[in-house]
Amino acid sequence: MKRRNFIKKAALGSLATLIGADIVYGATMPEGYTPLALGDPDPFKLFDLDTEMVVLNDKPWNIEAKAHLLDDAITSNKAMFIRNNGLIPENIDVNKWTLTIDGESVKEQKTYTLSELKSKFKQYTYQLTLECGGNGRSEFNPPAKGNQWTIGAVSCAQWTGVRLRDVLEDAGIKSDAIYTGYHAADIHLSRAPKKEPISRGAPMAKALQDETLLAFQMNGEDIPISHGYPLRLVAGGWPASVSGKWITGISIRNKIHDGTKMGGKAYRVPCKSVAPGTKVKDEDMCIIESMPVKSLITYPKTGAIIGKGKKLHIRGHAWAGELKVAKMEYSIDFGATWQECSVKQPVNRLAWQHFKASIDFTESGYYEVWARATDTNGISQPMLLPGWNPKGYLNNACHRIAIKVK
Amino acid sequence: MKQPKNFIAEVKNIYTIIVAMSTVIGFGVVVCIMMLINPTFFISADSTTGYIVATIEEDEDKIENGIHVRTGFVDDIGLMETVNNCTNCHSSKLVIQNRMSKERWLATIKWMQETQNLWDLGGNEAIIVKYLAENYAPENKGRRENLSGIEWYELNN
Repeated sequence: MKRRNFIKKAALGSLATLIGADIVYGATMPEGYTPLALGDPDPFKLFDLDTEMVVLNDKPWNIEAKAHLLDDAITSNKAMFIRNNGLIPENIDVNKWTLTIDGESVKEQKTYTLSELKSKFKQYTYQLTLECGGNGRSEFNPPAKGNQWTIGAVSCAQWTGVRLRDVLEDAGIKSDAIYTGYHAADIHLSRAPKKEPISRGAPMAKALQDETLLAFQMNGEDIPISHGYPLRLVAGGWPASVSGKWITGISIRNKIHDGTKMGGKAYRVPCKSVAPGTKVKDEDMCIIESMPVKSLITYPKTGAIIGKGKKLHIRGHAWAGELKVAKMEYSIDFGATWQECSVKQPVNRLAWQHFKASIDFTESGYYEVWARATDTNGISQPMLLPGWNPKGYLNNACHRIAIKVK
Repeated sequence: MKQPKNFIAEVKNIYTIIVAMSTVIGFGVVVCIMMLINPTFFISADSTTGYIVATIEEDEDKIENGIHVRTGFVDDIGLMETVNNCTNCHSSKLVIQNRMSKERWLATIKWMQETQNLWDLGGNEAIIVKYLAENYAPENKGRRENLSGIEWYELNN
């Protein structure tokens, strides 16, 4: 037996338990691909993840959940997608960590230590939905460039911190302020020290919302390193890239923030809809703000076989960016007919909502359960892919699971 | 006279076999018990580390079933140019999960040169673009694909 073969089998097979190592990548590993060595960082251990999480990219780390892993009302770290544009900061010293508020439209540039932030400002806790703008990108045709997220780049954890508004107002906001821009400690892939991997922001109206937090806790504990320890922004309902991680500064701008990934085609869609595959000029692209209405069936896991005459209980979550979900429906006949089902009110604004239903199947056969949410403006999820866009954002097409009745 | 002698020889033979087998089985049992108590008993941290280092040196560019084992890239003309220029900043996984035409792969390279500190690829550029466009080309997926890769299981609720 060749050594690499042995190591591969050892890493993936039953021998893994024998040598005390976890299975690296497991089912998601492309056929024929073998990790460099067992000494490589194991993301499941490194980030304390469910071993069914899917690693899309290991440099930088980009990892998504599967629908059934997101069944909990409050997303735990184990099932929370990780999206990075650069490398995770090294050697974080919380005692020396500071946040600087600056920019053209700040009245007085101010710097706060973490303990000053925690003691000076009132703390709030909200459950907030964070979805990657590119969640669902893998379905676009022609394909869009970037990490090929399927459905699992969404989470709804409980975040604790201070209001961004309180901090910005403490430094003072000039009347000409229109946008914020964040700066963070992550490292550019090229390791160029002055290059920011990502520096996005939000219009003042979003920055000043009650629920927009500078958070230092997730689900009642220090934020995990992969999610922005020791300080991150959380702006629920907007592309998660607005919720910068490892935050060291906020600039109050008198123009739309021009940091990395604010311009070009990043986190932008054509201002006017285009045919699939169209080349769109940068000046015809508009910044994504609120995410669209969407839902996910988190129980049962796709592929369930049930006996004829048995009820199938389904449940999941629905969310609608800045809005609420007003109606939830499911279909077992590929959208020919829809049944309304119950959906709960959100625990607070910008938190996802829970739905459930019990389904009777009268005939045996192959079924798909489709879920469709409608927001308070009467806008529903499409069954097919929504408008094609060059970077493959905002795919909120109905989620579906496969069921067999025998 | 012949028969008793044969008999003794056979008894001796069987005895030897029994002794040999019980030694082997006994040793096996002891090993199993030790493994059960401590699965890592026979694997010291040092020997594991040494093993890995040796592997990296030996098989850096091994091809298995048409796949470059270290990166997961398809083995074709331009493989090493791609490995050497396209996996320094980001992982090969970012390349492999994407599908683009020749023109779009080239545009992606230009974008990385303009914004991401990618160097001038010189004569390798054409080789790399050809390799990517031929091995990672888009397929028409339509407006919505069938569900695939379903793992069926009995649900008892």
